[in-house]
Amino acid sequence: MPEKVLIPPEDMERALVRVAHEIVERNRGAEHIVLVGMQTRGVPLAKRLAGTIQSLEGIDIPVGSLDIGLYRDDLSSLDLKPVIQRTDVPTDITGKQVVLVDDVFYTGRSIRAAMDALMDLGRPESIQLAVLIDRGHRELPVRADYVGKNIPTSRDEEVKVHVKEVDGEDKVTILTPDGEVTDGSN
Amino acid sequence: MEVTDSTPSAAIPETFPPPAIAVWRHRHILDLDDFTREDIELVFEIADAMTEVLTRDVKRVPTLRGKTIVTMFYEPSTRTRASFELAAKNLSADTVSLDASKSSVVKGESLVDNLRTIQALGADVIVMRHSESGAPYLATQYLNSSIINGGDGWHAHPTQALLDLYTIRRHLGELDGLKVVIVGDIMHSRVARSNIWGMTTMGAEVTLCAPPTLLPRGLADFIDCCQLTNVGVESRIESALEGADVIMLLRLQRERQQSGLLPSLREYIQRYQLTLERLSLAKPYALVLHPGPMNEGIEIGPEVAYGTQSVIEEQVANGVAVRMALLYLIAGGRNK
Repeated sequence: MPEKVLIPPEDMERALVRVAHEIVERNRGAEHIVLVGMQTRGVPLAKRLAGTIQSLEGIDIPVGSLDIGLYRDDLSSLDLKPVIQRTDVPTDITGKQVVLVDDVFYTGRSIRAAMDALMDLGRPESIQLAVLIDRGHRELPVRADYVGKNIPTSRDEEVKVHVKEVDGEDKVTILTPDGEVTDGSN
Repeated sequence: MEVTDSTPSAAIPETFPPPAIAVWRHRHILDLDDFTREDIELVFEIADAMTEVLTRDVKRVPTLRGKTIVTMFYEPSTRTRASFELAAKNLSADTVSLDASKSSVVKGESLVDNLRTIQALGADVIVMRHSESGAPYLATQYLNSSIINGGDGWHAHPTQALLDLYTIRRHLGELDGLKVVIVGDIMHSRVARSNIWGMTTMGAEVTLCAPPTLLPRGLADFIDCCQLTNVGVESRIESALEGADVIMLLRLQRERQQSGLLPSLREYIQRYQLTLERLSLAKPYALVLHPGPMNEGIEIGPEVAYGTQSVIEEQVANGVAVRMALLYLIAGGRNK
């Protein structure tokens, strides 16, 4: 499958900085914010957002990680089961503004699972959603509060976010199945 | 500065492993003789996630909603059965528990007919314990459900061995090169047999320690033909314990004394009971395990059973996490 780089590292960083600013603006500060990254690549993204917010506001932002494997709605039809990674939310989320962080926002099913998982951990005052890429094709009525970049795609394309903590470099690529390289704006 | 419970750097490691798909080829869990190191490590990894669930106020996840798990015990059990039922309930599965000693078995229904009935009720997984070695293997030949061996005769008790391994790994890290001593009635112990497979697969050295009458006949030939180079036998407990990292005690069933396998209970206590004095021969941090139920004052002194090196209660708690992991791996997928 031909691969095309849609977002280079500098632009990814800028998008994250803008999202961090939006989070602070929307919540009028960062006092009650907890960032929760979804495994795997949402976790380093959450950590970077927290770093930016900390430098803006001068307070520590708790960051947690969440694995949604135990909450998936397709477990009974999967032959290969996902390995369950670490869920570690280091603070009580009850009464907090929880910002879920994920790399790619697609059908919305992962977010539904993540919201169920969060509700099992406490009763947040609100749950907000920050994503680096929104590629459309929602199957559930959920929306993102903060979007790094909207990338219209077709369903047979694959959008992949690379982050340096996991993949060694920052970039967003798109793979098209039939050899036709799109520029991401179809 | 209200929100300072933890800094991000403390909670989250700097680099992250790439996500993985579990490679799991077992439809049933019968013994650990066909488990690879990768299989056991995967169980550990999923059990870690289950351990996190068990620390929550609400210890329940929706993972196995709609699945039915039946526990079928043809032999008495308290902890194994309770552990499996809790594990299944924590994963939101429906559980049916049959006390086979009181059911139609008494009316003469055969084991296979009995199990077929259970399957017809829609069981996705059957956890069974039976006094005959091999009974769960027989069951797999007739049923489509997944079978988990909850203990068969003297043969195997794989989930107990996995929770033992998991408990050791949580305290001492890797099992490679650890010296594990199993003390007691090896001959009649399915726990010892499954642990020998699991421990050696994970690279531990196993020393079996028992009076010669409580060692299985043909043990030396067995060790030879399976090339279990990491398994040794030592009849003196003092020599066995020297330098041990882990001491696993087995329950001494009192009826063994009547069967003439022991000269006297008092002699067994004198020669084999794990006392504080004997424990000091092992490494200073050595762990003491016991699959339960304990005979305090027989195979284990009370000061050891409730001492700082005992992880016996923790074994029970870890048993729930390990069984949740196994049920996830077995029942999570499509029925074949």
